[in-house]
Amino acid sequence: MSLLPYVLAVWIFAVGLYGIVTSRNLVHLVICLGVVQSSTYVLLLAIGYRTGKKAPIFTSGVPVKLGAVDSVVQALTLTDIVVAVTVAALLLALVIEIWKRAGTIDPDELREDRS
Amino acid sequence: VSPTLVPLVVALPLLTAAVLAAVAHLAHPRFDDLVAIAVSAAVTVCCVLLVFRSADGTIHYWFGGWKPRDGIAIGISFSVDPLAAGIAALAGVLATAALIVCWDYFEESVPQHCYVLMLVFLGAMVGFALSSDLFNMFVFFEVMSVAAFALTGYRIEQPSALQGAINFAVVNSIGAFMLLTGIALLYGRTGALNLAQIGQVLARDRPDGLVIVAFTLLVVGFLTKAGAVPFHFWLSDAYAVAPAPVCVLFAGVMSDLGLHAVARTYWDGFSGALGADAEALRAVLVGLGVLTALLGGVMAFVQSSLKRMLAFVVVSHVGLFLAAIGLLTARGLAGATVYVVADGLVKGALFCAVASLARRIGHTDELVSHGLGRAIPVTGSIFAACGLALAVVPPFGTFLAFSLVDRSAGAVGYGWLPAVLVAATALTGGAVLRATGRIFLGLGPRRDELLVEAPPGEEREVRPAPRAGALLWLPALLLLVAGLGLAFTPGLPGRAVQQAQQLVDRPAIARETLHGITSPTPPDVSFHPPGESYLYAALSVVAALGLAWCGLYWRRLPKRAAAVARRVAGGSLRRLELLHDGVVGEYVTWLTVGAATLGALFAVLIR
Repeated sequence: MSLLPYVLAVWIFAVGLYGIVTSRNLVHLVICLGVVQSSTYVLLLAIGYRTGKKAPIFTSGVPVKLGAVDSVVQALTLTDIVVAVTVAALLLALVIEIWKRAGTIDPDELREDRS
Repeated sequence: VSPTLVPLVVALPLLTAAVLAAVAHLAHPRFDDLVAIAVSAAVTVCCVLLVFRSADGTIHYWFGGWKPRDGIAIGISFSVDPLAAGIAALAGVLATAALIVCWDYFEESVPQHCYVLMLVFLGAMVGFALSSDLFNMFVFFEVMSVAAFALTGYRIEQPSALQGAINFAVVNSIGAFMLLTGIALLYGRTGALNLAQIGQVLARDRPDGLVIVAFTLLVVGFLTKAGAVPFHFWLSDAYAVAPAPVCVLFAGVMSDLGLHAVARTYWDGFSGALGADAEALRAVLVGLGVLTALLGGVMAFVQSSLKRMLAFVVVSHVGLFLAAIGLLTARGLAGATVYVVADGLVKGALFCAVASLARRIGHTDELVSHGLGRAIPVTGSIFAACGLALAVVPPFGTFLAFSLVDRSAGAVGYGWLPAVLVAATALTGGAVLRATGRIFLGLGPRRDELLVEAPPGEEREVRPAPRAGALLWLPALLLLVAGLGLAFTPGLPGRAVQQAQQLVDRPAIARETLHGITSPTPPDVSFHPPGESYLYAALSVVAALGLAWCGLYWRRLPKRAAAVARRVAGGSLRRLELLHDGVVGEYVTWLTVGAATLGALFAVLIR
């Protein structure tokens, strides 16, 4: 079992957070949020991975005893992706509305509008 | 015990929401409103039934009949105990009240999405409260969040509403990803998602780095939803712009669900592994709770916008509950739960009253509305009573809960805690009483340079109506009566303690969940608030009234005291206020720093 996927997951999480913290554009920020979420996919799949095992697809032709990687984490990842799409769609819709009303999607300029 | 009731409380609102989304545009405009009210009332009744049915023993419902075999749980379960069902019932009551307020609240005819979203929100909250499977908790957490984001940005024509929704969504989503990362790590370690089974596996060894990291991530995820310092920055932005009926649910129950999850995760999952370090954990959690309670109280006291004020009241009381749960005792947990329900009803009543005020005079700013509330004395009385209830006036619900927390703190060597918490209850109660005096009695000056003004574009709520209908203030009155009257349920605190004793007994819970072996019910407990609690309560009420007077008439104070007030408000409080500036990047920085600090503290103190 390699350490690489875990290091990669932490790296993706950190890069995404850095992007969110320094973002000057709300669309960029929403994409960075997606980057942060991608780290959870990598982590989940890494946790369920078994070296040399097949994908967890059981049909009549494949003997079960060969074993497969953990299908639970794959189900979790799929659910996670559905969540990500919902959140991203909603956020991007909000960003479009902000652009229409305020004429800017820079968080710092939006703050100046506020004060 | 009829087990079908258990999934019904989640399935009913979710299915109705789907049907309403499909067909409501074909029906009469009021059709969806009526259906939504009926469904949330039905959910409330079912949840109250569950409170009583589960009193003799926790109900474990395994979806699809996938019960655990040989102690291994592959299926997904709801665990219904009276405390969890009580919080679910609270969500039902508040949703019903909020939907009734909606009937008269919006000036234009409401698009049906509002009701659909409210029902989804309700279903997710109930599911979150009852779930005992970590991944299901994450899913309900996200469903609840997405509905809440959309409801926050409901006034899509206001940029401030959109911005509040985005801040809410980004910060909460990062919290949710931390939660999911924690869940993934725990699954990797234990091979389980069921909390009881996770607890069984973790209890075998001393906690190592991975367990501590996972625990930190879970706690940070839930506390972001709850709004504990420093994860609370999104909260005032979101509450300030969400429609007042939606805030009834946000303030009354959503934040507290985060704490319910912290308690459940700790007791079911981690108390075996971390039990030896309870002392250190207690110090961290109580410390964080006290910090949150005081910061929220101070911030609430300096707001002139009612909704921002109440948002910080919520933060402050989340701190109170966190400190109570953080005592890691059965009595603390019982106190926190009774407090959450009683206080949730009061905060719900407050936001209903804000909706009524907004509908009548068009504003929710304390200074702008100076004296305008004289026309609606009923709403004013509700405000005053809620202010007193926040300041734990005896012998009502909030007081009973405070007394439980007070006794529990003394028992584990935190005798100083109630005195500190009194400062928070006095500040939050005082803030509401000051606003009541200014709006409904016309007391104090019309201008006050010490108060923080709301950012422009937030203060307009709805167009004023010539008269406020009973549908606006009646729900507030009923919630208030329920919140105050809760204390007169016979034997309530004793029963809550008895139930909490079962919830903190992790090995017994695991035996019951995984092997179906029930443990004997602990003996009946009776609890009567001691004289000392009355002393604290009196102190809190007097201090709240005093603070309210000072807030209105600080210019009449001796010159030196007034100068101090001015210096504090212009100096450190101003700097504190500037931190809540609505820039989401800064909020995320605080979240990251907070998570890292909490993790470092756990790592240093545990083992």
